[in-house]
Amino acid sequence: MIKAILVFNNHGKPRLSKFYQYFSEDMQQQIIKETFQLVSKRDDNVCNFLEGGSLIGGSDYKLIYRHYATLYFVFCVDSSESELGILDLIQVFVETLDKCFENVCELDLIFHVDKVHYILNELVMGGMVLETNMTEILTRIEDQNKLEKQEAGIIAAPARAVSAVKNMNIPQQIKDMKLPDLPQAIKDLKF
Amino acid sequence: MALKKVKGNFERMFDKNLTDLVRGIRNNKENEAKYIAQCMEDIKQELRQDNLSVKSNAIAKLTYLQMLGYDISWAGFNIIEVMSSGKFTLKRIGYLAASQSFHCDSELLMLTTNMIRKELNSQTQYEAGLALTSLSCYISTDLARDLSNDILTLLSSTKPYIRKKAVLMMYKVFLKYPEALRPAFPRLKEKLEDPDPGVQSAAVNVVCELARKNPKNYLSLAPVFFKLMTTSSNNWMLIKIIKLFGALTPLEPRLGRKLIEPLTNLIHSTSAMSLLYECINTVIAVLISISSGMPNHAASIQLCVQKLRILIEDSDQNLKYLGLLAMSKILKTHPKSVQAHKDLILQCLEDKDESIRLRALDLLYGMVSKKNLMEIVKKLMLHMDKAEGTVYRDELLSKIILICSQNNYQFITNFEWYVTVLVELAQMEFGSRQGHVIAAQLMDVCIRVPAIRKFAVTEMAQLLEVYASTSQFTIMQEVLLAATFLCGEFASELENQEQTLRAIVKYKTLPQHIEAVFIQNIFKLFVNIMLKLEVAERYDDILALVDVILSRLSDAVMSGELEVQERASTTCVMLKIIKEAMEIKKKEDSTLITDNEGIEKPSVDPSHTLAGELMVLFTGELNPVAPKAQKKVPIPEGLDLDSWINEPEEGSDTDSGSEIVDNLFVKPEKGNFKSEKYQPELTEEELQKIREARKYEQLNNPHYLKGGISKKSFDSTNGNIQTIDNIPVKELDLNIPLKLAGQKRSDKYLNLDKDKKKSNKKKGKKSKKHKLESSSDENEQEIAASLVVNRNLELPEGATLSDSESSHGNMDDPHRALDIDLELPATLEVLKKKEVAIDRVKKSKKSKKKVEKERGVAIIDEKESHEDITQTNNEDVQPVDDHEKKPKKKSKKDKKDGDKKEKRHKKDKNRDKDGKTKTSSRNKMPEPGYEEAVGISTPSKEFQS
Repeated sequence: MIKAILVFNNHGKPRLSKFYQYFSEDMQQQIIKETFQLVSKRDDNVCNFLEGGSLIGGSDYKLIYRHYATLYFVFCVDSSESELGILDLIQVFVETLDKCFENVCELDLIFHVDKVHYILNELVMGGMVLETNMTEILTRIEDQNKLEKQEAGIIAAPARAVSAVKNMNIPQQIKDMKLPDLPQAIKDLKF
Repeated sequence: MALKKVKGNFERMFDKNLTDLVRGIRNNKENEAKYIAQCMEDIKQELRQDNLSVKSNAIAKLTYLQMLGYDISWAGFNIIEVMSSGKFTLKRIGYLAASQSFHCDSELLMLTTNMIRKELNSQTQYEAGLALTSLSCYISTDLARDLSNDILTLLSSTKPYIRKKAVLMMYKVFLKYPEALRPAFPRLKEKLEDPDPGVQSAAVNVVCELARKNPKNYLSLAPVFFKLMTTSSNNWMLIKIIKLFGALTPLEPRLGRKLIEPLTNLIHSTSAMSLLYECINTVIAVLISISSGMPNHAASIQLCVQKLRILIEDSDQNLKYLGLLAMSKILKTHPKSVQAHKDLILQCLEDKDESIRLRALDLLYGMVSKKNLMEIVKKLMLHMDKAEGTVYRDELLSKIILICSQNNYQFITNFEWYVTVLVELAQMEFGSRQGHVIAAQLMDVCIRVPAIRKFAVTEMAQLLEVYASTSQFTIMQEVLLAATFLCGEFASELENQEQTLRAIVKYKTLPQHIEAVFIQNIFKLFVNIMLKLEVAERYDDILALVDVILSRLSDAVMSGELEVQERASTTCVMLKIIKEAMEIKKKEDSTLITDNEGIEKPSVDPSHTLAGELMVLFTGELNPVAPKAQKKVPIPEGLDLDSWINEPEEGSDTDSGSEIVDNLFVKPEKGNFKSEKYQPELTEEELQKIREARKYEQLNNPHYLKGGISKKSFDSTNGNIQTIDNIPVKELDLNIPLKLAGQKRSDKYLNLDKDKKKSNKKKGKKSKKHKLESSSDENEQEIAASLVVNRNLELPEGATLSDSESSHGNMDDPHRALDIDLELPATLEVLKKKEVAIDRVKKSKKSKKKVEKERGVAIIDEKESHEDITQTNNEDVQPVDDHEKKPKKKSKKDKKDGDKKEKRHKKDKNRDKDGKTKTSSRNKMPEPGYEEAVGISTPSKEFQS
């Protein structure tokens, strides 16, 4: 079983946290912090397995992680998971993200954490591995995105309009808009 | 109205969405908390709106804030609102928030039952999938019970996507609602042969998880798995299957034999490292469970070890790590085949990766022998210097102690070396708990190995002297405790007792429990010295010492800690009495001298001196005590521990203060308190009485270790009387640590060892160069003598060490509930459970009754027990058909076994960590269950043929 999946950056800022066992928010933060401290002090050329997270699990649990550029992907798993298998799974996860976001980078994860969750949900469910075949995963994600778009087309027009308007950044544009100097204009009016 | 709505919508246009929130947080790095608090307010506003899409926007933001550590449980109801939306987009947001923040004890979940049921039966597969994924994170017992049938129907959905998710969901249902396992099991079995590989893989996954608990149930699936293993090419699934086989083989040796061949084939053929590794792991498990009697058993072990060596030698650190991990499994049963790769493992100790070093350390345990112990420890000591961070250091320390002390110091050939190592370790920096470990080792070695005491005490005295004389000297304070204790306890072994005493008296600020030990042992040591001085009639010296101690203890008397204060004041009073007595004696003595000048003094009998009498307080041999000895002391008949001996008074009794804080000492020093009442002028007769009373008390006192009262302190001092005058008493003021600092002293033993080997080869050659002047033969004898380790453990009469008591299972284990015997018919299972329940009720009633009876409270038992048992007893009263009677009887038998089984499983859980489960659960197959076990084994015959 997978107990938790954490993604955080080189400074320990959480980018995704998924716990398959209930922890209070404070505890979650502590776990993220502890995990970051454990993982971040390791060189890049050491092994990807780590024991000794005291807050989560215990002796049966291991942290398995991969470090990509600015992000750490950490899986906390028990002994029924294969260590190398989980490493492959992390790879699948990251590659899927890469396909979905087209050259994924930390910013994608920052602004679309919900989408990252939806993608992860196609890989792992309730702490168990759901699918490892990337084409299958991508089809499912694609299908669901289509579903959302359909809805957006029929019903969510107002919402779309709102977001479109928002992207225009109206408050700023209003400010930026150059209105003619009114008193001057009035003066210019000749009766 | 309409205007209001339009206005509302317009305002909503400027609501922040998730992207705005994230951007905002990034732009307000300085006052993030304030910004978020403001956003929270906005969110609360938004949640009050009627518009669901507004709400969903708020919930999406909350989900993000939850990740940052903000509690969003207050929005639970709103989350459910969003979940109930008709639109997939909004639903998705709601279900995501739910999976992140709900937990199974939440009462809100009651509201979701029907909504989720509707969702599960939805026409769109993604809606059902969404509900399943989310539900898997927070399913509660109620939800599991109510929805288990719905999920079960989804197992036969036409869409593989749904089937796959439903299969995984079933495991979560089983965890919360184990009753569902029995009816669902056949369906689950079908899914193993589902046409869709994803569903197949999910089913394998679930069975693997289930088999972690009661793997016996799943033996019947072995043929299916065997087929899957030989046909499938999905590595992920293969790994799971192979892992499962690893759990099954201990139960069915025939399965193991059958497996070896295809597994070895896979090992040879596969290119996937993950698969290779799992194959090796399972082969190891098989080999452990079969142990011997297989044709190419040794060859398989050899193959595994070889493959592991390749992994360990690989440049990929991950493979190296896993290789070592698997090696340690082999080590437990086939230490010899691993020992052949000692070089490799020692090499891994040098690795820059801490995880790998730790794994190599684990293996080291099995690598040591008498010959190489010193060398290995020396290496570890070198690592200790290099290691940064206390975690690895602590691990190194505990490993050094573990490998040295294993099997009662089996591999130690030179205890002087070991004591030196411990002393060196004591001067390094560790985590806080490690001082305790070293101190315990020092004391243990000294108590168990009588021959080393002299050496150890000398070392300890040096430590204390250096500690007292310099301020920069770093040493763990716990070790000082051991040092002082040993100096006091084995004072007769000290070379220069007075010097040591003066060093101890100079102690600096110490933790209180250590200070208490210091005071106690100052007095012990003082009495030892006094005995000698008194015999020599050097009363002035005694008085001088008394003054030194009294001046030091004047602070301690005012200590805030009760223990320190009490000991200090007792000691002070004792010393003052001694002082008086000595002054009287001194006067007598001087008059005696002036009166009878020139007449030879009659020699003083040590046992008639005051010090001799005081020594009685500290006699008694110290023996190692078995860890559970205290628990095993039988409660004497007629003793009721719960009843008051006297009605409790408001004042606390003095005895409670005498309990020693640390359990380091098994011998409570009772003399301390009585001695206050002692008068210095005790007659021999009185003393005899007291002694007898003391012996009697010791006999009856279960906490006192009975041993022959040693006369060592009397005898050994006798011999020293003549020479004692010659010892010049000089206060040494050491500014520089003379002997302790500097390079590793333990190394010299290593050299010594090597020298000895050389000299053994060249027999006859005198060992002039050696620091020890004796010839090597004598040397050996000496060592042999010093190797006598007291391996006996004190235990109360009739108790044995072997029976373990630590069967407390982990009640928090979520998998505990899955311990269901699927082979038993359902009714039996239920009956069994009920009877166990009755049993428990009865037991608890019984114990209650006992207590109450003992307390003399009359109770009406029938009435009491009736209430609880009526309901369950009905079954016994009801007339039963003949064929129902049979299982009845059996179930009674089962009940007992079930009871035992439960205990066993608890034990097993404890052992799981040790990896010993396999053997234990195998030995413990319950007898009646065995009939069923035969039934199970038939399928495995199928594929044998």
